[in-house]
Amino acid sequence: MSGQTVPADFSGHMLDLDEDEDLEVFSKNTSLADGSPMPNSPSSMVNQYRLEEEEEEQQQDANARDIFVSVDNPESHVTAIETFIMYRVVTKTTRSEFDSSEFEVRRRYQDFLWLRSRLEENHPTLIVHPLPEKFVMKGMVERFNDDFIETRRKALHRFLNKISVHPILSYSQHFKVFLTAEELMSHRKQGPGFLSRMGETVRAVANSVRGLRSRPEEFTLMQEYVDDFSNKICSVDKVTQRIIKEQREYLDELKQYSPTYSQWAGSEEELAEPLRGVASCVERCGLETEEQIQHLSQVLVPALHEYVLCAETLKAVMRRRDNIQAEFEAKNEALASRRVDQEALQEEVDGLADRVELANNALRGDWSRWQNSMRTDLKTAFLSTAEKNVEYYEQCLAVWESFLLSQRAEPSEQNDGEDAS
Amino acid sequence: SIHPSIYPSIHLSIYLSNDPNVLQRSMVEEGSTLVRRMEICVAEAEKRSGKNAVNMQETFTVYLIETRCFAICISSCLTSAVHEFTSAFSPDSLWRRYSEFELLRNYLLVTYPYIVVPPLPEKRAEFVWHKLSADNMDPDFVERRRIGLENFLLRVASHPVLSNDKILHHFLTEEHGWKEVVYETGFQAKADSRIRALSATFRVRNPDKRFMEMKHYSDQLQSHTSQLLRARARVADRLYGVYKVHGNYGRVFSEWSAIEKEMGDGLQSAGHHMDAYAASIDDILEEEEHYADQLKEYLFYAEALRAVCRKHELTQFELEMASQDLISKKQQHEELATGIVRTFSFKGMTNKLFGQEAPEQREARIKLLEELIAEGEDTVKEKTVECEEHVERAWVDMQRFKEQKDKDLREALINYAVMQISMCKKVEKSISAPELFGA
Repeated sequence: MSGQTVPADFSGHMLDLDEDEDLEVFSKNTSLADGSPMPNSPSSMVNQYRLEEEEEEQQQDANARDIFVSVDNPESHVTAIETFIMYRVVTKTTRSEFDSSEFEVRRRYQDFLWLRSRLEENHPTLIVHPLPEKFVMKGMVERFNDDFIETRRKALHRFLNKISVHPILSYSQHFKVFLTAEELMSHRKQGPGFLSRMGETVRAVANSVRGLRSRPEEFTLMQEYVDDFSNKICSVDKVTQRIIKEQREYLDELKQYSPTYSQWAGSEEELAEPLRGVASCVERCGLETEEQIQHLSQVLVPALHEYVLCAETLKAVMRRRDNIQAEFEAKNEALASRRVDQEALQEEVDGLADRVELANNALRGDWSRWQNSMRTDLKTAFLSTAEKNVEYYEQCLAVWESFLLSQRAEPSEQNDGEDAS
Repeated sequence: SIHPSIYPSIHLSIYLSNDPNVLQRSMVEEGSTLVRRMEICVAEAEKRSGKNAVNMQETFTVYLIETRCFAICISSCLTSAVHEFTSAFSPDSLWRRYSEFELLRNYLLVTYPYIVVPPLPEKRAEFVWHKLSADNMDPDFVERRRIGLENFLLRVASHPVLSNDKILHHFLTEEHGWKEVVYETGFQAKADSRIRALSATFRVRNPDKRFMEMKHYSDQLQSHTSQLLRARARVADRLYGVYKVHGNYGRVFSEWSAIEKEMGDGLQSAGHHMDAYAASIDDILEEEEHYADQLKEYLFYAEALRAVCRKHELTQFELEMASQDLISKKQQHEELATGIVRTFSFKGMTNKLFGQEAPEQREARIKLLEELIAEGEDTVKEKTVECEEHVERAWVDMQRFKEQKDKDLREALINYAVMQISMCKKVEKSISAPELFGA
């Protein structure tokens, strides 16, 4: 089963994990201790998120990363049977396990799926970052639509980067093969066959039906958190989608609104100029609104969506951990009841007990890692959105102020001091 | 808001003048040494119930009109300044229903057909966006109507012609019996029938070009302002939706903050900001309604402007008809007198077929025609005067209206920009708080 790709000093890796290393990402840009009122300026967050993706990786690089991966250059690939997209995956590394320092391969979505399922299989209680979905049902996005491809490419890029900074997963043999093999198909054929995998699933289901004797408190709390988090992140995602929808409808109406001023200007003399001024202001505010919508769609929505998928991953991880424990408990009970072949069974039970311990440790370690990562990612996305909102209002303000200036600069002949007004 | 008082034709500059002739002239023009200056406001609105004309129970709103007179004495010593005394008594007040305002306005429309009469605020809420109640009893609507009625009174009271009207003064000062006085003027009989007016529009031959242009302009003004108002209402509706959905963030962030340790405070504060943001739209849109009301006033003004142009068409048409009638009578007279038939007529034909009539009859008819011609000439003179007077006076008021419109609407547009700016500043302040999402 598992264990092939786990390095010998497994527990050593776990202890090495320094939570603060992730937090250092923020403290690098702050002015600390001296009590400055804005320890984290939104702009530093924004810059982090907005920079080119390579630079983003460098910023996150607090502890001398030795492997950098990027996904780009999607190209349509046509065969006799099907058409699909191939992405270019470029790796730069100084790791000794790699034969060279640079690799370039072409991979399709199915290859990513293969990699992820391998990683999950080998590390059932590690939190493996999710992949973008196979296809999007609502909106009926075409598989070869440019926006869809770009969104997917970005998500695939993030996926590989998450793997590459993971202290355990980045050393996976499968990961190496994925990054370096010219042709992946032959490797995909290897490994446990379909039937044996089926057998595992059946056993897992059977075990879960038995139910757990007692789940350790910490994992019960974790389960509760996962359920709550899943609800909340889905809600935030839904609200965000709704906001985008409302913004789009608002923008549509704005586009109808500004021409009413210019049309009116056509039949006026003195009033024509201020009317046109207002028309132009409304139009420019519309452009700002369009930008704001773009930003939401490209920054906040993907981030939220990723964590919606993460929530599902977490649930699966919890289930797998429970299954491992259930399997052990089942065999342990059998050991207690049957007097047959105690020795062999005892060995099996011991092995399963170790497996439980390993699984729990892996999850424990990865849990805090994941939480830090989640906080970072979501904070960045939210702050960027807030910053964009502020910018939106600043721009609109400037638009209207310049209109006011243009009106006040005109010699006003109406101020003759008549009674009225 | 504006408080123009009734200030017909004495200008401040005259008070400062040392020239006795100037003051004397103006005193002659006014006919009195006392200039009544009146402060007018529509102070309150109240709900009442009572029985209506068909004896059914109804609820309606009444508005309190308060007036205060200033007495100004022009001293005979010309070098001294004008003394002002406020009247010792507290403001006069009386209650009026919207329907009474309508009656007043209808009276003014009929009595001064050459004036662009200021419009009343709308009877029913139109151009509503979804939240704004279309209910006449809604307190926001009642408040905006109160302001609109006050604005109407101030416009009328500061108009050089309308402000002198006695019925207007009665309206402001006599609560009871006012309606009877208005009806007694018989203005309803003087009102032009719609059919006559419509017929004139189609059949008039030589209307004044300027009036036709003005009529065309009034159509444009009406169509453009109503399109603008409709589009604005839809934008307001959508904007409302955007802000309110952000309120959902508020709830979710607060709930989420409960399960997070490190991120909890940040999420909590973000939640609060979202709630505040969502709540802020109500005031923003309420203020925008006042802008919409300013535009609506000119939407309704367009109607008043068109009415003046149509009156011109009517007077011109009646003049043309009267002239035409006179011409034809003169022709008939000529035919009878000379026996020369210039135009075809059935009478002429029957004469030919059945023989001429007796000489006495002919004489009688000639005499009758001469009377009619004399009457007709008077009528033509009358109509000519009516038409010319209307043209002259209407042209003056239309110019006055144009200037007022340009000034008011420009100010309205500027205020709209000011509103947008203040809204942006307010929102920006609330969402750029540094503790958002936590340090």
